Amino acid sequence: MQIYLPIAEVSVSAYLLLGLGTLVGLLSGLFGVGGGFLITPLLFFIGIPPTVAVATGANQVVASSVSGVLAQFKRKAVDVPMGIVLLIGGLIGSGMGIWVFNLLTRLGQIDLAVQLAYVVFLGSIGLLMLQESLRAMRRAKRGGKRAKRHQHMWVHKLPLKIKFRASGLYISVIPPMLVGVVVGILAAIMGVGGGFIMVPAMIYLLGMPTKVVIGTSLFQILFVSAFTTMMHAITNQSVDVMLALLLIVGGVIGAQIGSRLGARLKAEQLRILLALLVILVAGKLGLDLLLRPSELFSLFPGALK
Amino acid sequence: MMRALILLLALTLPALALPARAEEVVAGLSQDNIGITASFNGSEILIYGAIKRFEPEPDSNRMGIIVTLEGPAGAVTIRRKSREMGIWVNTDSVGVAAAPSYYAVASSAPLSEILDPNVDVSQRISIPLAMRSFAGPIEVSDARPFTEALLRIREKEGLYHLDESAVTILENTLFRADFDLPANLIEGDYKTRIFLLRDGQLVDQYRTAIYVRKVGLERWLYTLSRDHAAVYGALSLAIAVFAGWAAAAVFRLIRN
Repeated sequence: MQIYLPIAEVSVSAYLLLGLGTLVGLLSGLFGVGGGFLITPLLFFIGIPPTVAVATGANQVVASSVSGVLAQFKRKAVDVPMGIVLLIGGLIGSGMGIWVFNLLTRLGQIDLAVQLAYVVFLGSIGLLMLQESLRAMRRAKRGGKRAKRHQHMWVHKLPLKIKFRASGLYISVIPPMLVGVVVGILAAIMGVGGGFIMVPAMIYLLGMPTKVVIGTSLFQILFVSAFTTMMHAITNQSVDVMLALLLIVGGVIGAQIGSRLGARLKAEQLRILLALLVILVAGKLGLDLLLRPSELFSLFPGALK
Repeated sequence: MMRALILLLALTLPALALPARAEEVVAGLSQDNIGITASFNGSEILIYGAIKRFEPEPDSNRMGIIVTLEGPAGAVTIRRKSREMGIWVNTDSVGVAAAPSYYAVASSAPLSEILDPNVDVSQRISIPLAMRSFAGPIEVSDARPFTEALLRIREKEGLYHLDESAVTILENTLFRADFDLPANLIEGDYKTRIFLLRDGQLVDQYRTAIYVRKVGLERWLYTLSRDHAAVYGALSLAIAVFAGWAAAAVFRLIRN
């Protein structure tokens, strides 16, 4: 069944969009990532104009994170104060990122910047996570002692300390705020929620327990992507509500299945799966940069600036 | 000088006063309005017509009919990738001030047989000539590969299309042209031109337009997104939040 999208001005299969939504929702529920890093490139691939894909992707992320965050709240796995600190950083970063995005778009280098960002960040985070998870699994098998839960690093010497009860942490707000800013910048440039950067940063930099990481990251993503959707709708009218609706219907179902599935899997297995997925996407994009493209030319609507 | 002018007038006046052409094109469209609804999946357009004659048909001459359909024009930037430090990067670019979003040519025979190149230049009929308006190559010495890429990419997307057998002529008087409009049409007025040619020369032409508009829900959403962007944004968010909440609620119900 074909459906004509009013803002994207293309006609695509409704089932294809539902399927895409379900796939991305499944990942969202499973790993606590918004899924934007998959949905945006996939939408490009089926012929949705890039600006519409980025903006509508953000709207889809809102729905899947609402669904996911509610499931996480039920399990008391959301650290709200931590989420708010990350959110403040995220909004600041998002504003900076949108400025950089517009600059790069004018220069015609936005797709290069996006691809490089994906390759560098996804690639290094994926490898890091894979290495760490494999080591943890081996340790668990050997029955050796687990790593110390509270590691006292430089992070703990900064001022403005706050008690984050759900995470069991007493740390300065500066590191989570900075994590929020970095994620916000990257999120705006790459057109994603940023969960795939935030989740590892929360685990490895802030030392949060894996149990609350997913819920808290979804909480932050929900508000940042709502802000991004509004910005896109107002500044360049590129949110396609029809496209969003189909992705959402698939996405919310996928997210529910994902979070049920996630509760059954072990944290280490979950991390290895996410690491492999992230490495796969980074590898594909890296190859695209290195291999000679079949079409050297590309068209962009609008005059040369 | 004066005499030359009078001579010129004497030569041209009869041509202006009398019915200039021995043949005229009259045509109709199967539909002159296309509504884009949510289930819009392309459209078929039939253009039919007849050739009106004021004198017996000139024999021996080779007759041809060409029909063109042209969508609203817009500026396009064409970028070329090249290899810099091991990776493929957009380097050169050329801007085209106005390229039609859609352009289809249908003819009764191959263009090379029925269309004189000079007529093609003056009327801009064939696809490459219809694109002849560049914003001026700035940093590129030869713009041709770029414009060829524009045609190639749009032809691949089905937006530019040449069909040299889409016009059928009956009894040298009646004709019909069939167009398959693609699903990725944009809104606007689609200029329609019908050319009647003999021996490659233009005998008559007929112009009309097809109006392509979004209708119903599509129209409402599109207008809302343009005129009340904040309301539209809030609506999109509300749908997203509601869908997310509803899904969580439904699944909780199923589980209990």
